[in-house]
Amino acid sequence: MTFDPLAIRKDFPIFDRTIRDGKRLVYLDSGATSQKPYAVIKAESDFYSQHNAAAHRGAHQLAEEATEAIESARTIVADFLGGESDEIVFTKSSTEALNLLAYSIGHAPVGNLFHLKAGDEIVVSEMEHHANLIPWQELAKRSGAVLKWFEVDPDGRLDISDISKVITARTKVVALTHQSNVLGTINPLTELVKRTHEVGAIFILDACQSVPHMPVNVKELDIDFLAFSGHKTVGPTGVGVLWGRSNLLAQLPPFLFGGSMIESVTMTDATWAPAPRKFEPGVPNMAQIVGLGAALNYLSSIGMADIYSHEKDLTEYAIAKLQEIAELKIVGPTDMFLRGGAVSFTLGQIHPHDLGQFLDNSGIAVRTGHHCAWPLTRKMGVASTTRASFYLYNTTEDIDALVTGVKDAQKYFG
Amino acid sequence: MELDNLYQEVILDHYKRPQNKKLLPTYDAQVHHVNPSCGDEIDLNLTIADGVVSNISWDGVGCSISQASVSILSDLLIGKPITQAYSIFDQFVALMQSKGAVVGDEEVLEDAIALAGVSKYPARIKCALLGWMAFKDASVQAQAKSELE
Repeated sequence: MTFDPLAIRKDFPIFDRTIRDGKRLVYLDSGATSQKPYAVIKAESDFYSQHNAAAHRGAHQLAEEATEAIESARTIVADFLGGESDEIVFTKSSTEALNLLAYSIGHAPVGNLFHLKAGDEIVVSEMEHHANLIPWQELAKRSGAVLKWFEVDPDGRLDISDISKVITARTKVVALTHQSNVLGTINPLTELVKRTHEVGAIFILDACQSVPHMPVNVKELDIDFLAFSGHKTVGPTGVGVLWGRSNLLAQLPPFLFGGSMIESVTMTDATWAPAPRKFEPGVPNMAQIVGLGAALNYLSSIGMADIYSHEKDLTEYAIAKLQEIAELKIVGPTDMFLRGGAVSFTLGQIHPHDLGQFLDNSGIAVRTGHHCAWPLTRKMGVASTTRASFYLYNTTEDIDALVTGVKDAQKYFG
Repeated sequence: MELDNLYQEVILDHYKRPQNKKLLPTYDAQVHHVNPSCGDEIDLNLTIADGVVSNISWDGVGCSISQASVSILSDLLIGKPITQAYSIFDQFVALMQSKGAVVGDEEVLEDAIALAGVSKYPARIKCALLGWMAFKDASVQAQAKSELE
């Protein structure tokens, strides 16, 4: 079956509406959040209309069905990532998943393999989204650990030339993004993971920009933890995923405490249920979890390798077309080696906010600003950028519309 | 074009030829404000002498709306008694928050009336208010300082 983005677009009801007085929606902001297919909207709606009850509780049929629905979704997520069902923790977002790790590691007692002491090192990079930077900054402050980072070179690539100086015998945690949400850069994980494990540290992957867009297999990557968000993978908002190796989840202390994460409770103490339940207190975001399962099934039915290939074609096309525009400067790699479908750029003196507003007037949705990666935009020497990001429902016509819009903006503000 | 309501000629003129965009070395109060959602930044120096806004100078990076707005503000408020400046401030903020329902008094707001179109674009109101909030902050500090002296 050939990959047909126009047919795919028919699965997404939002493309039936128009923008700013009748204009076609050209949605180039999937890096911020993706649109949702009918299958996901229906799964969420069906859960509420047919199966709603508190999962893992209750002795009635609906509770059974609700439990079955979210546990099926857990299996779908596990299969999607190449992990095991009991390695999948549902959170409310990937931000929460990363905070869970930082908090739980910070509370690991002496003797626990995750225990951090003053002088231990946590490694991140300059291209992290704030969600994979600030939790580690704060953990370093609380624990006395030292925060270190890989720098980004002028081409927007991670500089790992001094890898053995950044990841050292004192390193306990390496937390890196798989793909930069600003630059589109895909990081060379093999060498980084290998070095991390050589020094006995754990490797945490922020996969928010990779899991939605390319095949990601946790076993092949040999990583220890991974976080991604539902709403960027054509799934609902309000659900994120933390995957962790089962032997590590077993030793990691819980983050949030409450109902259903326990094994036994007295007035003075409690013991914990096995993972993943240990990390899932309270009634889960059931409809969203079920919706995420439907989202991943939808993506799998199209094929992640084909989605990745389609986005690569679009990105290559976009970079070539955008580079023809006078004064337009791409912030990030301009070759397709380890390069995903987020293209950030500046346009001479025209501020991204003005460009974004102008494009919006033509129905074109882009992201502007520092993209929650302020240290990175500073490092790249720009105050803010305009970002176009692509997904399975985008076409070269969308990119042509962007290019025309950018040129028109130059005339308007020139 | 619909967008022309937002990007009035006056705004683009101020953006391309900003007024008072050079920080003066003397001031009663100096403030630095940022718009954390888009990264726009402004430094604003303010002098108030005998209850009158005697000088506003500024520097910054940002979109046309934020830059034009602070340029217009500086033109409009220099030379005004601080009480009148506050009255203009209040009217401008009310205009911005009106979602297009308020027309605004051109006699009072002068060039700032050109920013009325911003009120229909919720994401841009913060841009238009960046310099005004900086002015308010600086004026409070400048007056607190003069009371101490």
